[in-house]
Amino acid sequence: MVFQAVALLAVLGVGYYLFSNTQANLERQSIATGFGFLDKEASFEIGESLISYSASDSYLRALLVGALNTIKVSFIGIILTTVLGTIIGVARLSTNWLISKLAAGYIEVMQNIPVLLQLFFWYAIFYESFPSPRQALNPFEGLFLCNRGIIFAVPEAHPAYGAMGWSLLGVFILGWFMNRWGKRRQALTGQPFPALRLTTGLAIGLPLLVWAFHGAPTAMDIPELRGFNFTGGVTVSPEFSALLFGLVIYTSAFVAEIVRAGIQSVGRGQVEAAMAVGLRPGQILHLVILPQALRVIIPPLTSQMLNLTKNSSLAIAIGYADFVAVTNTMINQTGQAIEGVALIMVVFLIFSLSTSLFMNWYNKKMALVER
Amino acid sequence: MTTPPVTTREHLKPPLIKIGPLAWMRDNLFNTWYNVLLTIVTLLLLWAVVPPLFKWAFIDSLWNSSAEACRDIEGACWSIIPRNVKFIFLGFFPSGQEWRPILAMLLMLGLAFYSKDRARWKKSLLWYWLIGLIVMATLMYGGVFGMPVVETGQWSGLPLTMTLSFFGMVCAYPIGVLLALGRRSRMPAIKSLCVIYIEMIRGVPLISLLFMSSVMFPLFLPDGMTVDKVLRALAAIILFTAAYIAEVVRGGLQAIPRGQYEAADSLGLNYGKSMRLIILPQALKIVIPPTVGILLSAFKDTSLVVIIALYDVLKTTKVTLSNPKWTGYSTEAYIFLAILYFVFCYAMSSYSRRLEKELDTGH
Repeated sequence: MVFQAVALLAVLGVGYYLFSNTQANLERQSIATGFGFLDKEASFEIGESLISYSASDSYLRALLVGALNTIKVSFIGIILTTVLGTIIGVARLSTNWLISKLAAGYIEVMQNIPVLLQLFFWYAIFYESFPSPRQALNPFEGLFLCNRGIIFAVPEAHPAYGAMGWSLLGVFILGWFMNRWGKRRQALTGQPFPALRLTTGLAIGLPLLVWAFHGAPTAMDIPELRGFNFTGGVTVSPEFSALLFGLVIYTSAFVAEIVRAGIQSVGRGQVEAAMAVGLRPGQILHLVILPQALRVIIPPLTSQMLNLTKNSSLAIAIGYADFVAVTNTMINQTGQAIEGVALIMVVFLIFSLSTSLFMNWYNKKMALVER
Repeated sequence: MTTPPVTTREHLKPPLIKIGPLAWMRDNLFNTWYNVLLTIVTLLLLWAVVPPLFKWAFIDSLWNSSAEACRDIEGACWSIIPRNVKFIFLGFFPSGQEWRPILAMLLMLGLAFYSKDRARWKKSLLWYWLIGLIVMATLMYGGVFGMPVVETGQWSGLPLTMTLSFFGMVCAYPIGVLLALGRRSRMPAIKSLCVIYIEMIRGVPLISLLFMSSVMFPLFLPDGMTVDKVLRALAAIILFTAAYIAEVVRGGLQAIPRGQYEAADSLGLNYGKSMRLIILPQALKIVIPPTVGILLSAFKDTSLVVIIALYDVLKTTKVTLSNPKWTGYSTEAYIFLAILYFVFCYAMSSYSRRLEKELDTGH
């Protein structure tokens, strides 16, 4: 009891000491405190943003732009990492010697090179090895690679695409209910219901139908070289591409190891037992291997996803305007380091805590019900 | 009298060859139709990528030439490394004193190599490490035995990377163990302090701690007091790594069966003794492999100090590349650096895997 009180007092004492020092320092250097500066004009440009932004907007909006950029690169990165990591993890287990060894080499090399170095490497590739827009590499129709980034053709805007998106969303919701209903019916009557196959069919068929209904627009917005730059199409900046490449390649090596370990954790006997009761290979994967492997895979996988999000803060080193980079600019302009660092920490803590809340919920849901 | 029916045997085919390169290829590369397809596609891809890369790296390349000569070639200009090797490795360390960081690095590597053998893991090894670190710091800083003082601002290149890694790892470990014990403690105040600390640090990126050390920390100190930039970055790395080590060690503590704690209690050992003699030796042993993993990522993470403008080996490389003479050879320089990091990290990770195998007593 005494020990605890002493420890608490010590922490409080050190805290108070630092706080009073800080107060004195701030007063002497006449740095403002508090978050009042958020409404002031930011007066710096941001290279790329998802929402409209100009230098005359407030710091708050600049920070929002940064946060959205962080979310953008993390979101796309997480999807690509999961896909690539799963492919490589499965390749590592392939019976094909060549594929397995190549995957092993990839995992070993990428895990052991610092992610920052990888980011610098990809950034250098874009800026030094790729030609100027005039001599842009054009591996196939509609795709250009140059030191201004990756430029590719996209379908021209048309109401059909919006409608397709909505129909896809509708199919997913319908699929979810169908799956639930099918499971309940199977539990009651023993008759299976092909909910997954039906949903997949609908997810492909319905958007296509909607597309055809809208007159099947095929016009493409193809990038064209005008003067020194491209117009039309979509341009992905070299900063974003380098950051995405680096993060995805680095993290997917770790994800591959996780996937491999997860699949290997399902005992041989499980598969043999499933075959013995007459399940088809697809059913074995869906009903026996995946549920058990996922229980092992998901927790470390989420922590890797969180790592990717945290590592996206390295964007500042290659000039991508993520949340940390914007905050850093803000700190340099206003001198309000404490508020800036606090903002960074709070934003990342929100990411982390919401992820771990989700994880706890998931773990509880997936935990083995022991009898 | 009946004669037994004459049984005719079908002619059995001779067994397939089970050894030899052909059999191996059939078993490992062409065993199913999709593996045949995969193998062929992969070989074609490799054929498209490897020869040009080989040509770029080895045939058309220059290994030790002037920057001007590199402008005329198609291949890689590896010359950037030998021509700048001193700056990339040692940075701004005063000339004439280069032997000091080199000796310090050799000492550290030698010590790490010496500690590889598990038979040498005794209490004396801890003392060796302590002495080794002090000698390293003395060699780098100087000020005694006629060695001129080299301010930490001039520590750069590989010695800085090593200083940050070795001091970071050695200092973070005991703090991490204490934090883990605190988190498992029955005292609510201690426990919540440790939980808050660990979760907070693990929730934020290292870069935010480095920012804290570089822009926020000076505000914390009383007027006129300054703490050196390298030390501040080192403190940030230690605080960060300690939180991760704490989580790993907690895993080890949780894996120790209750009976061990109860046995220690029933022997009448107090908390300190039961931890030191019974629990920690077992718990720390279980978590050696993941701990090496944490140390490995701490080593990789030292490269982040580039962002707060410390001149570690990545930054000295970048400075070299910003020299107009050598601009444009980033790929070569970064590949060299990648190999450098890879060698260290691979040694550590394969060592951790070996330990895992050795320590696995099969319970």
